[in-house]
Amino acid sequence: MAERRFADGALVRVRDLAVKGHMRTPFYVRGRQGRVEGCQGSFANPEERAYGANGLPARPLYHVRFRQTDLWPGYGGLAADSLSLDLFEHWLEPAHGG
Amino acid sequence: MAAEQGQDHGHDHPPRSDHPVRAWEKREAAIRSLLIEKGLLTADAIRAKIEEWEQKSPALGARIVARAWSDPAFEARLLADAIEAAGELGIEARGVKIVALKNTPRLHHLVVCTLCSCYPRALLGLPPAWYKAPAYRSRAVSEPRAVLAEFGTRLPPETEVRVVDSTADCRYLVLPVRPAGTEGWSEDRLAGLIGRDAMIGVAVVQAARA
Repeated sequence: MAERRFADGALVRVRDLAVKGHMRTPFYVRGRQGRVEGCQGSFANPEERAYGANGLPARPLYHVRFRQTDLWPGYGGLAADSLSLDLFEHWLEPAHGG
Repeated sequence: MAAEQGQDHGHDHPPRSDHPVRAWEKREAAIRSLLIEKGLLTADAIRAKIEEWEQKSPALGARIVARAWSDPAFEARLLADAIEAAGELGIEARGVKIVALKNTPRLHHLVVCTLCSCYPRALLGLPPAWYKAPAYRSRAVSEPRAVLAEFGTRLPPETEVRVVDSTADCRYLVLPVRPAGTEGWSEDRLAGLIGRDAMIGVAVVQAARA
């Protein structure tokens, strides 16, 4: 597996990259802060693989958890409710506090 | 493109459907025709792959959940590596990484794929139509409790709902809570309770279904 930049428990913010075409980072988490739950391993970059390239070197894919109240204004559930998804390392930057 | 020519040019087309042929259907037919004409694929290989996927069903996942309920050591192996654990039961699931998510009385997982229709097909078969529909994909993330209520699923008010969006290279299988009143049941009997929707997380398993 490629070397990881973010450890479990790290606070991260999702970057708002101007990637066009196929990518696996939903818009609703961009700019939001979450916490790294774990790493799923390293995988070929789908943004390149979708267009015929091999997407290598493989990049770490993190499972990142967000508070629902940080994602949706007026979220109607519990404050403890959460959402998690898998994000490639180049979409993440360190975050502090909050 | 082949699909835009007439029907009479030496190979079969899919049956006429009850709606106008959409652009992506024309594209799929054109690509398929070219792959077959170039000898890269055969119609029989395509048919066999469709047959293989359509024969997989949620019964596979139900066997895995029933074993996990019956054997804590198996449950631990399932949570560590779902594909290896499936292999112990003779279920071939290698390919895309699959992660099992354990529900408890305090934590309920709900799986969605907002970007397309990623789904643990090797263990549940093909996804239901609603799983692929824009309404489920958008609302499951932003108002999961309302979606659960529409599926008839009532959780204890203090239970945390955790939505898991299958965005990339992992697929998710929910390990539901074993219902009360099933103590001493055989794995086969337990498996009969476990439906597809509970393994997606839009339902809970109920003993009354037996």
